[in-house]
Amino acid sequence: MTVDQPKYKTSEEVDFVIIGSGAAGGILAKELSTNGFRVVVLEQGPYLTEADFTHNEIEILAEDKLTNHPKLQPNTFRKTPQEKAKPQRALVYGRCVGGTSVHFTANFWRFHEIDFIERSKVGPIPGTTFADWPITYADLEPYYTKVEWEIGVSGLAGASPFDPPRSKPYPMPPLPVKASGVLFERAARKMGWHPFPAPMAILSQPRPGRSACINCGFCLGFGCEVGAKSSSLATAIRMAEKTGRCEIRPNSYVHRIETDANGRAVGAMYFDEKRNTHLQKAKAVVVCANGAETPRLLLLSANKQFPDGLANSSGYVGKNLMLNSGGNVYAQFEHPLNDYKGFAVSRIMHDFYELDHDKVGFYGGGGLDARFDFTPISFAFGGLPPDTPRWGKEFKAALAQNFNHTLEIFCHGTSLPVEDNSFSLDPELKDAWGLPALRMTYKDHPDDLKLANWMFARAHELLEAAGARKHWGFPAQEAQFAVHLLGTCRMGNDPKTSVINADHRTHDVKNLFLCDGSSLVTSGRGQPTMTIEALAFRAADRITALAKRGEIST
Amino acid sequence: MKEPVSRRQFLSQGISGLSAAWVSAHLPAMVAAAGYARQAAKSAAPPKFQFFTPEQAAEIDAITARIIPTDELPGAREAGVVYFIDRSLATFAADDQKSYQEGLPELQARVTEMFPGATRFSGLTAEQQDEVLHSFDEGGKPARRPFRARPGAQDFFETLRQHTIAGFLIDPDYGGNDSGAGWKVIGREREHMFQAPFGYYDKDYPGWEAAAKEAEKK
Repeated sequence: MTVDQPKYKTSEEVDFVIIGSGAAGGILAKELSTNGFRVVVLEQGPYLTEADFTHNEIEILAEDKLTNHPKLQPNTFRKTPQEKAKPQRALVYGRCVGGTSVHFTANFWRFHEIDFIERSKVGPIPGTTFADWPITYADLEPYYTKVEWEIGVSGLAGASPFDPPRSKPYPMPPLPVKASGVLFERAARKMGWHPFPAPMAILSQPRPGRSACINCGFCLGFGCEVGAKSSSLATAIRMAEKTGRCEIRPNSYVHRIETDANGRAVGAMYFDEKRNTHLQKAKAVVVCANGAETPRLLLLSANKQFPDGLANSSGYVGKNLMLNSGGNVYAQFEHPLNDYKGFAVSRIMHDFYELDHDKVGFYGGGGLDARFDFTPISFAFGGLPPDTPRWGKEFKAALAQNFNHTLEIFCHGTSLPVEDNSFSLDPELKDAWGLPALRMTYKDHPDDLKLANWMFARAHELLEAAGARKHWGFPAQEAQFAVHLLGTCRMGNDPKTSVINADHRTHDVKNLFLCDGSSLVTSGRGQPTMTIEALAFRAADRITALAKRGEIST
Repeated sequence: MKEPVSRRQFLSQGISGLSAAWVSAHLPAMVAAAGYARQAAKSAAPPKFQFFTPEQAAEIDAITARIIPTDELPGAREAGVVYFIDRSLATFAADDQKSYQEGLPELQARVTEMFPGATRFSGLTAEQQDEVLHSFDEGGKPARRPFRARPGAQDFFETLRQHTIAGFLIDPDYGGNDSGAGWKVIGREREHMFQAPFGYYDKDYPGWEAAAKEAEKK
């Protein structure tokens, strides 16, 4: 935490209050404060820094030090709206300054042109609300480039024949290849496919105040101790603080957006650490609380004027949830890979980004990557072949034989937007603050499951070609756990079928903006954070232009 | 923050703008500091049980030694797992105390029932011990991530199994995996940073350009 942050009074009407400090909130805070606005960021989680991050798996796996805690913020799950939802941990997201970007894998693919216009290309799909975006890849391209250069993404431009056009190369070379990457690359080429170095939001070269990746091996799930992972914490938040106009206020749990008689947002009500409530006044409110908490907050903000929740005249707040289909296939090789060293992913491929619907018989597309995202304890629970005894001599022998010899192929894919798939308020369960808990309703579209199984089959072919001693996986199952939280307040030109317009402004409330995974219209092929950040840079430009023209405050 | 300089403060504050090579050069000093802290932590808290009685600890120790037995490589016993579990039950795993409170008498009952005359699990032969444990193990499926997939794990053996694995494989800086015994078994080097090449298959990687050309030739 820097000392030169301003401390705004809650009664002082700042220009913007931003709710959430993750991938989108961090960038909006940086951009808006850089553009001269006074900004308060309300983050529900604590302000942890590099000095607080450890290699302690217990903190991550059992104590949820960086993520939403199932005891404080329980949730419920059901497959269809006809069922009564049961308490069950259904989602995980980052709950600290920097949000999920603190602990993510850092795969930073751009979406391709097709992701924005696919509905027009393939036509309607029964049972879905599949739609085009109101913006195109070309609109977002300058902002993808901005993410790469300002936040720090390593990669190799032109290495994939499927890459969309770009205006600039990456600012730094790809990270070193791992053994999993070499095996993947050779086997994929043998198959006639086109592997390439994974674009990662992890530094391959140092930047001011940040080290290059030191390959410590505690990456997915963990905060980076050396600032090499390009989280909002290590990048945008620091830059926002340097403007002297941005206050990051941690431990501030927003539970209501207040509106006045004219239907304008006046500020955000939040609990501080001692559970006292405050109203931070602001000329405009920007919600970047993630694809679950953003719709929840709008629903919690219902009042006489907005009985179905704020900005919900479409009825789409919380709906059309997409999670990205997919899963892992595992393999064991003869010689040591030592893939526990380093970041997770070094090689990926996009040959299946756009599958021919008529040929495969379902809609969708995706990517494959070679990775190892286990740490020692998580490996013992999830990385061993399924026929391994769970304890005893053979279990120990399997641990010894497999830990250094294993890789994973992660199959990433599309999810179709289905209206019933949603986050809503549970009518019974409350969180530790007495607020209605999140209720998740989700049943995969059949095409998403078909796609996942199709991708698994390709991964097995690849592993066969790679000469794996053994490879295994499981058929696709209906999702009951969410990590990517997408589409729940989607962008569009028609106020009847979308929540925000192309400027991220809600159709219903003129000085209320939303930007995070909830803004996405389609799911992309499995890696949304790069696009969320590009949208945030673009939203900041749009909001700044509106504010400068006086179109927000009047 | 006025704590003594820890390894990670050193890492996070000491390397601003510097390269990984710098860290590499200074690593021995950092590791030495971490080692000192660990020793200090140990001497401040001698192995005294906070949750178990000494008799219970002997039973738990015997079970952990069947979950991860000792052979030519160290097992749960050498990794001091019973101490880790004891500390865990007093801290992050306090919710699991009930499993142990209910499980230990049940263990005693089964030992007596299955092997009349025997009074303690730790007094049985290894084969007899396994027989008792199999009677507890209902053979759940492995979970993708520990703890999360079984939030309400009240089952004594499954809880103990999870705790044993955690205590055997946790980073030795955090109160288990004594002397890095578990990491010796799985072959994880105990360093805080690594440099490529990492393994057998990337050792002779010719670089992206050369690899691409090589592939074109074929």
